[in-house]
Amino acid sequence: MAAVQETIDQVRQIDVDQYKYGFETAIEVEKAPKGLSEEIVRFISAKKQEPEWMLEWRLDAYRRWLTMEEPTWARVDYPKIDFNDIYYYAAPKSASGPKSLDEVDPELLKTYEKLGIPLKEQEILAGVEKPRVAVDAVFDSVSVVTTFKKELAKAGVIFMSISEAVREHPELVKKYLGSVVPVTDNYYATLNSAVFTDGSFVFVPKGVRCPMELSTYFRINEKNTGQFERTLIIAEEGAYVSYLEGCTAPQRDENQLHAAVVELVALDDAEIKYSTVQNWFPGDKQGKGGIYNFVTKRGDCRGDRSKISWTQVETGSAITWKYPSCILRGDDSRGEFYSIAVSNGHQQVDSGTKMIHLGKNTSSRIISKGIAAGVSQNTYRGQVSAHRKATNARNFTQCDSLLIGDRCGAHTVPYIEAKNSSAQFEHEATTSKISEDQLFYCLQRGIPEEAAIALIVNGFVKEVIQELPMEFAVEAQKLIGISLEGSVG
Amino acid sequence: MLEIKNLHARIAEDGTEIIRGLNLTVKAGEVAAIMGPNGSGKSTLSYILSGREDYEVTEGDILYNGESILELDPAERAARGIFLAFQYPVEIPGVATMQFLKVAMNEQRKARGEAELTTPDFMRRVKEAAAELKINPDMLKRPLNVGFSGGEKKRAEILQMALLEPKLCVLDETDSGLDIDALKIVADGVNALKSPDRATIVITHYQRLLDYIVPDTVHVLYKGQIIRTGDKDLALELEANGYADIIGQAA
Ligand SMILES: Nc1ncnc2c1ncn2[C@@H]1O[C@H](COP(=O)(O)OP(=O)(O)O)[C@@H](O)[C@H]1O
Ligand SMILES: [Mg+2]
Repeated sequence: MAAVQETIDQVRQIDVDQYKYGFETAIEVEKAPKGLSEEIVRFISAKKQEPEWMLEWRLDAYRRWLTMEEPTWARVDYPKIDFNDIYYYAAPKSASGPKSLDEVDPELLKTYEKLGIPLKEQEILAGVEKPRVAVDAVFDSVSVVTTFKKELAKAGVIFMSISEAVREHPELVKKYLGSVVPVTDNYYATLNSAVFTDGSFVFVPKGVRCPMELSTYFRINEKNTGQFERTLIIAEEGAYVSYLEGCTAPQRDENQLHAAVVELVALDDAEIKYSTVQNWFPGDKQGKGGIYNFVTKRGDCRGDRSKISWTQVETGSAITWKYPSCILRGDDSRGEFYSIAVSNGHQQVDSGTKMIHLGKNTSSRIISKGIAAGVSQNTYRGQVSAHRKATNARNFTQCDSLLIGDRCGAHTVPYIEAKNSSAQFEHEATTSKISEDQLFYCLQRGIPEEAAIALIVNGFVKEVIQELPMEFAVEAQKLIGISLEGSVG
Repeated sequence: MLEIKNLHARIAEDGTEIIRGLNLTVKAGEVAAIMGPNGSGKSTLSYILSGREDYEVTEGDILYNGESILELDPAERAARGIFLAFQYPVEIPGVATMQFLKVAMNEQRKARGEAELTTPDFMRRVKEAAAELKINPDMLKRPLNVGFSGGEKKRAEILQMALLEPKLCVLDETDSGLDIDALKIVADGVNALKSPDRATIVITHYQRLLDYIVPDTVHVLYKGQIIRTGDKDLALELEANGYADIIGQAA
């Protein structure tokens, strides 16, 4: 059984956009030469003082990448990327291992301050009843500050940059790296495997509930620097962890490539919650500049009764190509995907999820809320499949699109495949517009147009916002408001 | 307080003229009833007063406290105290009634240069006003107007009016869809807001509501014009004889 349905709503609308975080930090940066070659791969590996096996792993990926072709199936359109016109490594010079915040470049701290990132430990500690958040801030390619490491270590949780993990926990990295997203999974994942520079590593041992939310803020800063983060999160039997990721990037003329790989592994009875609030520069009014975001995120519910849930709020990037997925391998495992994708101006978003049901009694839930404004294109692409052995697989998908103005487009492309007759898949899709009546009603109550749109849109996405950790929910609501500013002419 | 002078207005999209030389004066402290058969332009007039862009004023003026408001957008008019209780209140999915109230109150305060309400102050005001209107606190947690019964919708409109404390209240067919008990509650709510510096325009095509909200003046609107003005007895006359006589006399 296969069903492909496409709903296309083409509409027109004026756009303006203001990216609030378009500033650049003047910090000296150490760079590898432009372009990609075996030498560059070796350079990156050497910079990171990696063991031989890691270098070999990278080189193998690089050689395979050379034989691959860029995919073209997504509903996005962009000038051809010259992979030899990109820097594959950039590190803030002062980043060779600061021991505390005092050692961090003050320019860098100022940048974070402008972004409102609660980097300072005392601020985090001062949050009286708020859950504490450990921040592993990634500045360009190198992780510069890791807080709360000690307390986490006490619980047995390992939270560090992936480069450190390669050196300090090689047995874990060897065992899990590439086990969810194989080296040759897709063009961008293979590229990432060859040149990944940094990212987070989380290991929560058997029976441990991670004592705090883990949060990473990524920020692309150096001009023409491709970002190739690699994140690996492992929850052993009965472990629980919630990980938050947030991004903003300064304004750019040229498009910047971003190709991250995130791998999650949940063993028996383990649960991983992965939340993203993403706000990269989407490009200016003419559609110039902005981040190309080609990400591979996948979770493996490897153990029985394990659970992985993805929650994402996507407001940025010129082009987004992203499908956080779950492989439901363990019996009774569960995958969830909650998504808000906002596109404005000339943004192109092609995002969704894959739920691959392999084990018995596996279930999945997909709630996708797409908001399109300006002349943007917003596509939900989702795949739900049940393997022959996946008896009683269950999925519920709800996919709602909201159009602002009439020059944007929202598209829903579900792929459903059940090789087992006991599978029960449900799919609901709606497309609506913010009505004139709703807008006028809000205006009549004294709520100005932009605030009214933010209010109505936040109502539309409420189901997903509720899935975010508290401290992100507020930020996400603000971000949605900001990213829709100027969406009405 | 309100002076509408020789107002002509049409539907922006197709140019159909709906309001055709309308004159109306409402003083502070006054309750004015506008009556008229279906399709005569009552709702359109309420929309034009609140600045809806679907209509174009082609001639005449609307003076509010002596100043023309034609150049003001709907939110600006609202912040200056013009409130419309809608004939058909609009659903705002996912937005809790409480949240909507807070945003509306604070946006109006912001526009007037006043400080935002503190949460306890806001909660207190809402609780009091809701109790007056016999509104169940659970209703305030539900998305605004979504799945509300006809009576709940109308009560929610009056609740907003009470909290926003407007100067000019326009009630468009607030009685429609209400049973007699609900009608009394709503009427009590409106009467409680009566004050010497506030004017109320009650739009209806039945005189039933006017037993509870007693008007100072009654105006008959027909084909976009006020064809007759009188006191509350005019409403009774209409009730007894229908509109045909008056329309006939005006023709
Ligand atoms: N936006 C609009 N588009 C088309 N027709 C309209 C519009 N607004 C009002 N009308 C028409 O104008 C006339 C007056 O409508 P309305 O003001 O709703 O009357 P009332 O409230 O007195 O029943 C009706 O014939 C109605 O169909
Ligand atoms: Mg009407």
